[in-house]
Amino acid sequence: MLHYILFIATIGGIYGLLALSLNLIWGSAGMVNLGLAGFFAVGAYASALATTSGGAPILAGWALALIAGGAAGLVVTLSTTRLREDYLAIVTLGFAEFVRLVAANEIWLTRGIDGISGIPGPWKAALGQDFNAVYFLIVIAVVGAVFALMRRIDRSPYGRVLRAIREDAQVAQVAGKPVLHFKAQAFALSAAIAGLAGALYGNFTSYIAPDLFLPLITVYIFLAVAAGGTGSPIGALVGAYLLMTLLESARFVVAVIPAVTAVQRAALKELLIAVTLIVVLRLMPSGLLPERIPPAPRPQTGGTT
Amino acid sequence: MPILQALVNGLVVGTLLAVPAIGFTSMFAVLRFPNFAISGIATLGAFAGYLAYGAGLQMVGSLVVAFAAAAAAGLFFDKTAHLPLVKQGALPAAIASIASGLVLENVIRLGFGNDFRGYDRPIARDMYIGDIRVSPQQLETMAIALAIMLAVFAVLAFTRVGKAMRASADNPELAALKGIRPERVAAMASFIGMGLVGVGGMLLGLDSSIDPLTGARILLSIFAAAVLGGLGSAPGAVLGAFMIGMAEELSVLAVGSPYRTAVGFFAILIMLTLRPRGLLGERAF
Repeated sequence: MLHYILFIATIGGIYGLLALSLNLIWGSAGMVNLGLAGFFAVGAYASALATTSGGAPILAGWALALIAGGAAGLVVTLSTTRLREDYLAIVTLGFAEFVRLVAANEIWLTRGIDGISGIPGPWKAALGQDFNAVYFLIVIAVVGAVFALMRRIDRSPYGRVLRAIREDAQVAQVAGKPVLHFKAQAFALSAAIAGLAGALYGNFTSYIAPDLFLPLITVYIFLAVAAGGTGSPIGALVGAYLLMTLLESARFVVAVIPAVTAVQRAALKELLIAVTLIVVLRLMPSGLLPERIPPAPRPQTGGTT
Repeated sequence: MPILQALVNGLVVGTLLAVPAIGFTSMFAVLRFPNFAISGIATLGAFAGYLAYGAGLQMVGSLVVAFAAAAAAGLFFDKTAHLPLVKQGALPAAIASIASGLVLENVIRLGFGNDFRGYDRPIARDMYIGDIRVSPQQLETMAIALAIMLAVFAVLAFTRVGKAMRASADNPELAALKGIRPERVAAMASFIGMGLVGVGGMLLGLDSSIDPLTGARILLSIFAAAVLGGLGSAPGAVLGAFMIGMAEELSVLAVGSPYRTAVGFFAILIMLTLRPRGLLGERAF
C-alpha cells in the first residue's frame, strides 16, 4: 500500500511540474500550450536515450531534457509569437502529434512503438525496495525548486511584465517592453520544465513509449491548472494532486462497475476527466486558489462615479 | 506516373476535406474561437452515417443523418460549454472544446469499442484513364462533396441566413445594429458548421474505415486547410483543402505514409511564417 501511495505521489509530483509549466505560460503570460504532452515526450526521450544508448549519467540526461524541451519550445514559438493566440493553440497541438509520429516511426532512434525499456533510475540497484521513497524525495526537491523559481518570477518585475502581456500585449509594447522577447523566453522556459518532467517520468518508470504521451496528458494538466486556479503556482500543485486523486479514485470506481470491458473502463475514465474539465471551466473559472493580484479599478458601465 | 496518380488521389482527398474545412472556418469566422470539438463531431458524423447506412438508408440519406446528428451535438456543446466561455477569451472556449471532443469520442468508444468498421459499400471495378486509376466510389463521394460545397456557397451568397452570417463575421457590432440577432447567427453557424464537419467525417471514412479516433486523425488536416486558406475564409478553406490533400499524397511518395499527418503541421508552420493571413486573407468569406 505504501508502495502504491509513493508511486502515485511521485507521478503526482511530475504532473505538478507539468502544471507549473503550463501555469507559467497560460496563467502568467496568457499563451496557450496544447502541445504540453509533446514537450513532456521530448524531455522523456532525450533523457531516456542519453542514459540508455548514450550511457550518460542520469543528471546529464535531465540537463539534456531541460535543454531539448527549451529548444523545442523556441522552435515552436518563433513562428507563432507574432500571431494571435489561437494560432499558437493549433501549432502546439500539431507539434505534440508530430513528436508522437517521430517517436513511433524513427525506429532506429526511438525503437518505435515498442518504446524504450530499462531506463536507469538513480541508485536503483542499491536502493531496491526503497527506490520509490528516494525518488519521491528527489521529485519533491525538484518540484520545490521549480516552485520557488515560479514564485520568484511571479513577484519580480519579469512576472509583472508577463501578466501585463497577458492582459494587453499592445499596452505592454507601448510601455517599452519587448513583448516578443518575453513571450519566446517564457514559452521556452515553460517547455524546458515540461521536458524536465518528462525526464523525471522516464527515469522513474524505466519505460517510455509513444502511447504514453497522448494529448490526453495535456487535458489532464489543463484540468489541474484550471481546478487549482489559473495564474497561481500553489494552485497548480494542489490541482495536480487533486487530479491524481480523481484519476485514481476513478480507477477504483470504474473497476467495480459490473459488465464493462477494459476499453469501456478507459472510455469512462476519459469521459469523467473531460466532463470535469468543462464543469470546472464553466462553474469555477478562477479555480480553488485564485491568483492573488489586486484587481485594477475598472470604469463602471452605465453608472456614475 | 506515380506523381500524377498521387495528384489525382490528392484531388479526391482534397474535395472531401474541403467540406469539414468550410464548416470549421465558417464557425471560426462567426464564433471567434478555434473549435477543437470538430474531432469528436467528425467521429460522431461518421458513426451516425454508418448506423443509418447499415439500417438500409442510401448514401444521401445517411449523409443527412450524419449532418443532423453532428449539427445537433455541435449546437448543444457550443451552447452549454463553449459560447459562455468566449466572453473570457478565445482560449478558455478552445480548451473546453477539446474536452467536448473527448466527451464525444469516449461516448462513441463506450458504445462501439475501438474496433475498425467499414461501410460495406458495393464493390465496383476501378476505372483507368490512361495510367491513372480511379474508383467509381471515389467519383461518387467526390460528386457528393462538390454538390454539398455548391449548396453551402449558395446558402452563404443568396439566403438571409447566409447574408446574416457573413455580416456578423465581417462586423458583429454593425450586424447587431442592423437587427441581426447575434445569438441566432451563432446558433446557425454552430449548426451548419458542425453539420458539415460531421458530413466530412463520414465522407472521409467512406473510403477506409471508422473508429473512435477517425476525427482526431483528420483534425490537423482540417486546421491546415483552414489556416492555409486564411482562417475564416470559406473559399480559402476549399483552396487550402486541395493543397493539403495533394501535399499529403505527394508526401507519401517522398517520405512514406507514416508522416502523412505531419504534412498539415508543417504546412501550418510554413504558412504562418511566410504569410500569416493565409492565401485568401482572413474573413474573405
